[in-house]
Amino acid sequence: MERTVDREARFSATENRLRDLLLPGLRGDAAAYHRFLQDLSAYLRAYFRKRLFQRPDEVEDLVQETLLAVHNQRHTYRPDQPLTAWVHGIARYKLVDLLRARAAREALTDPLDDELEVFAASDTEAADARKDLGQLLATLPDRQRLPIVHVKLEGLSVVEAAKLTGMSESAVKIGVHRGLKALAARIKGTP
Amino acid sequence: MKTDDLVSLLAAGAAPVPAHAVGRRFAAGLGLGLPAALVLLMVTHGLRPDLAHVLVEWTFWLKVVFAGGLALAAFIGAERLARPGMRLGAVWAAVAAPVLLLWLVATGVLLAAAPEQRPGLIFGTTWKTCPFSIALISLPLFAATLWIMQGLAPTRLALAGAGAGLLAGALGTLVYALHCPESGAPFVALWYVLGIAIPTVAGALLGPRVLRW
Repeated sequence: MERTVDREARFSATENRLRDLLLPGLRGDAAAYHRFLQDLSAYLRAYFRKRLFQRPDEVEDLVQETLLAVHNQRHTYRPDQPLTAWVHGIARYKLVDLLRARAAREALTDPLDDELEVFAASDTEAADARKDLGQLLATLPDRQRLPIVHVKLEGLSVVEAAKLTGMSESAVKIGVHRGLKALAARIKGTP
Repeated sequence: MKTDDLVSLLAAGAAPVPAHAVGRRFAAGLGLGLPAALVLLMVTHGLRPDLAHVLVEWTFWLKVVFAGGLALAAFIGAERLARPGMRLGAVWAAVAAPVLLLWLVATGVLLAAAPEQRPGLIFGTTWKTCPFSIALISLPLFAATLWIMQGLAPTRLALAGAGAGLLAGALGTLVYALHCPESGAPFVALWYVLGIAIPTVAGALLGPRVLRW
């Protein structure tokens, strides 16, 4: 009994802490948002690792795909909604999506292959994502890639990026927005 | 790219999310879809010539209350289905209520009518075309509600598609009522409901295909 109370208390402490980072993040506080995503990625990693124990190498891919989804869909979070439910909804959707795609793929391959997976990989090797987002980024058209590179990677302001690329400020903003959506679509599309 | 790098990339210069982003998307989509449906009605069907007189007819208001109530319930449902982790809860009851009320009224009207009047109350003069007309008028709204959903994050895709279709169908019915010459409650109870079911089922079938993200 006491243990349940303890677990619930810890759980709601996490919920509150993450929420207190996300809400300012949604208002434009980049530092709070950064910490939110960082903390969230650890929870997502544990969540997926537990459910993808047969494929540890897919865990980090899924963590990254889910982070991108959380970022791209962050406008759908309702402040009066439990953050846990929202995050869980996204994580589960991405997990089911992956399992479904995998099932479709494996229906075509030799099922015996699966038994050999037992010794194929150990957990410590799972830190690297197999799908390289950097490479995927390079495949985006310039109007999306350049805004992401300048604003998101080099840390320029929108005004500076606009000056540098000759694009309008709103085109830079739209480029970042659409580019991240395209990136999310591509990370899903690559096997 | 390491996950930490991705986190930094996403957080760098992250723009504030506009307040009520979901509501704005609905407003933008329906703000285009509703006038488009109205124009489509004018072009393909025209308004009822006696529209001014109809406003005192109770069956006209029956249509409006039924379709309006259903649209409101569908809107609440679609808005929830568009967000991960939201439960539908009482929305199911809110969707069922207008339909059940309409059926109740229609049954009462049928029972009160003389037996020889009943076929006329049920079939009117336009029963063959009414469901398809409603589906046709709902089409621009259907495109609008699917577009709205595509920009949000539904996780139950068939249900979200059905919700989008139901919203489109109910609003399309509101528009179609400006043309519909029928005045029998049983007619509305049967053919209107069937007409709304067309975009709803279409949405449920299309959802898993077009709403993935």
